[in-house]
Amino acid sequence: MSYKWAASPYLVWMVIFIVVPIILVCYYSLTVRTDAGFRFSTDNFRRFFEPIYLKVLYRSIELAFVATVVCFILGYPLAYILARSDFKHTNVLIMLLVVPMWMNFLLRTYAWMTILEQNGVLNIVLSWLRLPTISILYTEAAVILGMVYNFLPFMVLPIYSVLSKIDPSVVEAAEDLGANGIIVFRKVIFPLSLPGVISGITMVFMPAVTTFVISRLLGGGQFTLIGNLIEQQFLYVSDWGFGSAISLAMMVLILLSMAVMSKFAGEDRGLGLW
Amino acid sequence: MAECIIELRNVSKDYDGTEALRDINLKIYRNEFVTLLGPSGCGKTTTLRIIGGFEQPTTGEVIFNNTNINHLPPYKRRVNTVFQRYALFPHMNVYENIAFGLRIKKLDEEVIEQKVKNMLKMVNLEGYEERKVDSLSGGQQQRVAIARALVNEPDVLLLDEPLGALDLKLRQDMQLELKHMQQSLGITFVYVTHDQEEALTMSDTIVVMREGRIQQIGTPIDIYNEPKNAFVADFIGESNIVDGIMVRDYLVEFANHRFECVDAGFGENEPVDVVIRPEDIKLVPESEGMLRGEVRSVVFKGVHYEMMVENGEYVWIVHDTLMQPVGSKVGMVITPQDIHIMRKEDQG
Repeated sequence: MSYKWAASPYLVWMVIFIVVPIILVCYYSLTVRTDAGFRFSTDNFRRFFEPIYLKVLYRSIELAFVATVVCFILGYPLAYILARSDFKHTNVLIMLLVVPMWMNFLLRTYAWMTILEQNGVLNIVLSWLRLPTISILYTEAAVILGMVYNFLPFMVLPIYSVLSKIDPSVVEAAEDLGANGIIVFRKVIFPLSLPGVISGITMVFMPAVTTFVISRLLGGGQFTLIGNLIEQQFLYVSDWGFGSAISLAMMVLILLSMAVMSKFAGEDRGLGLW
Repeated sequence: MAECIIELRNVSKDYDGTEALRDINLKIYRNEFVTLLGPSGCGKTTTLRIIGGFEQPTTGEVIFNNTNINHLPPYKRRVNTVFQRYALFPHMNVYENIAFGLRIKKLDEEVIEQKVKNMLKMVNLEGYEERKVDSLSGGQQQRVAIARALVNEPDVLLLDEPLGALDLKLRQDMQLELKHMQQSLGITFVYVTHDQEEALTMSDTIVVMREGRIQQIGTPIDIYNEPKNAFVADFIGESNIVDGIMVRDYLVEFANHRFECVDAGFGENEPVDVVIRPEDIKLVPESEGMLRGEVRSVVFKGVHYEMMVENGEYVWIVHDTLMQPVGSKVGMVITPQDIHIMRKEDQG
């Protein structure tokens, strides 16, 4: 008995919401609107390689990269502690990590604005402690902070799930063969956690590189990122062709980086969550 | 007397108030093949993990070459372990798995290669260097695990039910191979198993454990022929264990019959456990038997038949190469030296 027909709703869904939009994006990106109607052209892509836009691309990648590195530095030890703790309520800790994600993304980001602003919560506390106040709202630091805050769970969870599945007897075997804590980590635990690290990096880097809300709210619009650029083309400039071209270019970029990553993780391991 | 390499002195272990080991005293000598034998939950694996350094004893001392190593971490002990589920490193090939311990010692690459090659030859896995460990069969993984431990030339090799996951034929082959390796390398083996046959086949010394306590330490022959109590007798091979009364020295009564025996030194009319091996009961025509009974069931076991013979309140297990049909009346003869008398175990 074959139940292949049961997949047909999903197939229809895929066609309507994935295949058709991608075809539309391709169509828009490869045409320009003239008085005579739409005409095939590669102008949109050529325009993307103008220095001003490349600079936006570079800045997006740079900020996303820094945010990913910070997420990794914060997230790996956190995941490690969670995975190895004998604490009976590890699930509670994981809940605490995940609960903020249930709140609206915009709300969380607005909350950071009230914390960071000149007379915000942070500076009130600082001055109360008689420390010099700081103003980082509308700087790159604030944008990175927003990215790290919003995307940290996406780094911690895949690493945690891989770490907690490592067979403890493999760790004991390494100790038994003469490895101290550092060597055990370097030669056994970290290599075995790589699939989680790779998917964590992917899951943080991709949304970070395309975000436009965080950069607008916490960057005060001073830092146009690639996401903002796309948003502008569709909502304000109405240049759907150029917007589509940037979107496609980003898609290719992300696919390429994923391919490189999965190569790096080894052929048969794949990307834990992808 | 041979040199004592590991000694456990009054070792006890509690897990959150539950007692896992109580007052273990054990000496392991150089080049000895010691087996810790017992049912699951008897503390044999815990004992092994204490020797390996993965658990700390709650009280008591672990002595290694006359030095207390209670607080020495596993990576500083001259002891290697073959784990129950092999615990091979899944991200390394066979060669790297075996070379792991040598690389930590920072040996020259040439020396490492030589040693790994020798090991692979010993465990019959030449040509498997580049294979991924998860592409190997259970028996091959087992060999890699043994090679990975032995390549470090430990003073003592700990083996935690290493053959448990293998099928019977492979297990029997590996038993002989392990015994051969132990003898040719001259390494002390401490072997954990719940399989009494495995223990009898390989060991120089068997330590029978139950509920965190040592029941008996002895050679396989001692343990089989002179079990100290009913538990050991029952665990090592099949046994008939019945209640009896020691009438006086060299005379015991059980199953409403008085038997001559070779044991003495019990009190008069002291209740005892009487243990008789199934192969020690001879079936004779009914009129010639000391005990009489009726055959209730017959099972063919290969070399012998296993027959259940009912006599009054007891059902006796009898092993014999000649089959008596179900329902036939038979007599049973037991010679004095085959009657093993044990003191009733103290309760608690």
